[in-house]
Amino acid sequence: MMRRKEGRAGFLFALPWLFGLLAFMFYPLLMSLYYSFCDYSALRAPVWIGTDNYSELFHDEVFWTCVKNTLLYACVSLPLGMVMAIGLAMLLNLNVKGMSIYRTIFFIPSLVPMVSLAMLWLWILNGDYGVLNTALASIGIKGPNWLGDVAWSKPALILMSVWGVGNAMLIYLASLQDVPASLLEAAELDGANSWQKTRNVTLPMISPVIQFNMVMGIIGSLQVFAIPFVMFPGGTPARSTYFYAMYLYDNAFNYSRMGYASAMGWILFLVILLLTLVALKLSNKHVHYGGV
Amino acid sequence: MSKLSDLFIPGLISLSLFALAGTELRSHPTEDASKTHIAVWVGWSGFEYDAFQGVVNDYNKSQNKVFVDLLSITGNSTKTLISTSAGIPPEISLLSAAEIPQFADAGAIEVLDDECKLHGWTEDKYVPGYWDVLQYHGHTMALPATPSTVALHYNTDILKRAGYDKPPETIEEMDEMVNKITKVEDGKVKLAGFLPAEPGWWRWSWGPFFGGQLWDGKSRITMNTPENLRAMKWVESFSKRFGPAQISSYKSGFGVFASPENAFLADKVAMEVQGVWMHNFIQKYNPKLQWRAAPFPYPKDRPDLKGHTIIEQDIFVLLKNCKHRQAAIDFLAYLQKQGPMEKLCLGQKKSSPLRVKSPEFWAKHDNPSIHLFDDMAYSKSCFSTPKLGIWPEYDAEIANALDEVSLLRKTPEEAIRAIDERMQPKLDQYLNRLEKRRRAGK
Repeated sequence: MMRRKEGRAGFLFALPWLFGLLAFMFYPLLMSLYYSFCDYSALRAPVWIGTDNYSELFHDEVFWTCVKNTLLYACVSLPLGMVMAIGLAMLLNLNVKGMSIYRTIFFIPSLVPMVSLAMLWLWILNGDYGVLNTALASIGIKGPNWLGDVAWSKPALILMSVWGVGNAMLIYLASLQDVPASLLEAAELDGANSWQKTRNVTLPMISPVIQFNMVMGIIGSLQVFAIPFVMFPGGTPARSTYFYAMYLYDNAFNYSRMGYASAMGWILFLVILLLTLVALKLSNKHVHYGGV
Repeated sequence: MSKLSDLFIPGLISLSLFALAGTELRSHPTEDASKTHIAVWVGWSGFEYDAFQGVVNDYNKSQNKVFVDLLSITGNSTKTLISTSAGIPPEISLLSAAEIPQFADAGAIEVLDDECKLHGWTEDKYVPGYWDVLQYHGHTMALPATPSTVALHYNTDILKRAGYDKPPETIEEMDEMVNKITKVEDGKVKLAGFLPAEPGWWRWSWGPFFGGQLWDGKSRITMNTPENLRAMKWVESFSKRFGPAQISSYKSGFGVFASPENAFLADKVAMEVQGVWMHNFIQKYNPKLQWRAAPFPYPKDRPDLKGHTIIEQDIFVLLKNCKHRQAAIDFLAYLQKQGPMEKLCLGQKKSSPLRVKSPEFWAKHDNPSIHLFDDMAYSKSCFSTPKLGIWPEYDAEIANALDEVSLLRKTPEEAIRAIDERMQPKLDQYLNRLEKRRRAGK
């Protein structure tokens, strides 16, 4: 009797959230699936056109340019970001005086709002007067035109993505602090050096966190939007920074092609789902759960 | 505890949240509820918003039936689109004239033909160039807010140093001046005479400035014409003369438009296409700049294009299914009167769309070239963005093609062909779907 009462109260407490979930998540989700099969501009009633949006996408040259750009960005920025985050977390896990200050310093950049970050990097990467090229010039290297050269615009964005590793770093740091000291001591007694301890003890122990960050990274990097949207309007130069989410946004809000954009959204969803499942499947045998 | 009191607190919280969710978004806490409130959304901010707020205040005080709730919104057209699709549009929204086809094809804005007849808003009342952009498929779809033409702004000091005492009249003269003014030292551009991609706001306009048309007005994309190709080759010639990497690197040093680092204000570019508003920014960021404005040059073999310009205009649209249509019409009628319109345009330091202007308007306007901007709107060779529902996509395609040509990644012929090949099927599809909807009455 008591449990049923508690259950009812719990349901009532959760009701606003449930309503929000149904109204603002499930309903739009289902509608966007429907719209993806429609000619729909958001201003007029949708008209069913079957799979036309999907077949048009597969013949859309700009769509494939965006897919290529996005995959290239994800393939480089994701592993780079993970290595940087793990590396920094390991350094910040050392027993050094004033460590909390270092940890704060490395975490602060990830708190900077995206648009401010974009404006800041516009100046850092400026081909003529940028801080980066000035620094490179001081050691005799002529820096490239990061923002205006097709060959360097994507590397510039990848470089910038490393700036935001603070969140992932923090999660790695927390997991590193959970690695049992007894295991590391045992390895040390067996004569393991630092690299062997890292490879055979530390990394396996934090592997669930690596897997989690990898999945989040796949999702985040395939949805890259805000920074290139601010820094490279229209994906300039020559659409070298035109990413999937930017083209989706343009179709939805600039070209009034909400149906086409919905189809793009569903393709992205399925690709992310597939990649996540593949990543989970491939990495499962390398992931060790301490409690299991 | 009783069963009732167990459920009281969670139930109350849930009900309160539902009640909050149902509250009307627009509230008017400060004004008399007996007045009809109309929502007017604009993208203006700063002094432009203040100028309009002054006119709105005058209107609110001038009568006691309607109160205008003015709201400045970033990304106004997107938010107008969203609110309209949600069925709660503002009464009036400020869009750019280029957005009329998109909203009109979607049936989101009211046709104003009857109101025009009733209030005498006819072609005779407005400057021709500004009136023309309000028309779509023979109907008046909007009313003018603040208009502008564009002109070649030139730095007289830089031109004098290069031995010129007047602006170029033809494109050929301009090219010669650009060659003389542009300085390249150690492989770096130090000063540019002119750059087609600066400020980069009307990149689609080079074809029309050479006499080209972007579509036939019915169903064909006409990018692949000798005039448009000539324009594309002209753009390419800058990269061939000064180097694509050099220009790109030089451009990367330009600051944002509204700043002292603006390329024209910082003496980095000697000539630039700009609108009537440029004077405001010159006054604010570099009042010592010596400048003048002149019509953009025409090709030597096309004297018929002399005095051509781009018509730019912010416009007021009346949204379909808005709550208080008549009150909105009354406010629009007030805005179209000479007094309020001149107050708005003077406040924003722009031209007036009305043919008749008071002596005070001219006397108070501090832009030294205001007569030039006004005269050009009467030119027979003035042009505006094509009245096409797919224009935003077409515009993006032209911008990308120019980018490819400027970087010497594509020849002008290839770039133009690519635009035609991509946009013609899109236009066909757009028109077909529009026709199907029309037949189905949707």
